[in-house]
Amino acid sequence: MALQILLNLIISIVWMFLHNDWSAPRFIVGYIIGILFIGLLSRFWPHDFYMKRVWAILKLLVLFIKELFVSSFVVIGLIVRPKLAIRPGIFALQTELKTDWEITVLSCLICLTPGTLTLDVSKDGRTLYIHAMDMDDAELLSQQIKDSFEKAIMEVTR
Amino acid sequence: MEMISKAGELIIGLMVLFGALIGALSAFGLIRLPDVYLRSHAATKSATLGVLFILVAAFLYFMIYLEHTSAKLLLGIVFVFITGPVAGHLNGRAAYRSGVPLWNKSIQDDLKDASKEEQG
Repeated sequence: MALQILLNLIISIVWMFLHNDWSAPRFIVGYIIGILFIGLLSRFWPHDFYMKRVWAILKLLVLFIKELFVSSFVVIGLIVRPKLAIRPGIFALQTELKTDWEITVLSCLICLTPGTLTLDVSKDGRTLYIHAMDMDDAELLSQQIKDSFEKAIMEVTR
Repeated sequence: MEMISKAGELIIGLMVLFGALIGALSAFGLIRLPDVYLRSHAATKSATLGVLFILVAAFLYFMIYLEHTSAKLLLGIVFVFITGPVAGHLNGRAAYRSGVPLWNKSIQDDLKDASKEEQG
């Protein structure tokens, strides 16, 4: 991925050399031309086209912000209700993610999901212990975490 | 133009008010909720969102009305966004490690068995 970005930068600098014009618009046009060429020639690279990964990162960021909003309103809803109708607990979640980096991002995302908070990660990094505000839907929560977050993170890293 | 400027002011003002309201509600949650873990739920999520709202509104105000793009505010937004959940996680973990009990109405504790096994 880094190699493709480097090549793209080189293409845009060559474009600026060809026009003898050292301005930001020229650089941007060159960069877009570079993206087009690398996209067209992407089957000669051992890895995927890097814009795919950039797109996945953007999607993950939007997911982060959306979860922050939803979870804040859920928590506020629970706080202002006159009777505390919560049944907290801790449940374990098996994860398929491997590297430390992926697990860190996943646990940050879990901290921002409605009603969940990562308490601990087991030593081998396969299990996350999560404190939930409402245990009634722990199954649902873990399924949701698996479906949306793990998939979104895997799209970025693999 | 006048109309747009007025509407923008109104929206920015509402954003600040909203952020402050969320912050106040999460402080209310800190008083009301029964144990450390539940309190850290309130502190991590709602407080983060409240601070973010206020910072974004300040950024927009400086950008539109004073024509000054403040990179420091953008950096502040990013830092709060990254460190909020991590701080909540570390608080909860430190509390659990030092043996702070869960609320008596908690119904499940998977971590207890796991940490027992670890200690042998």
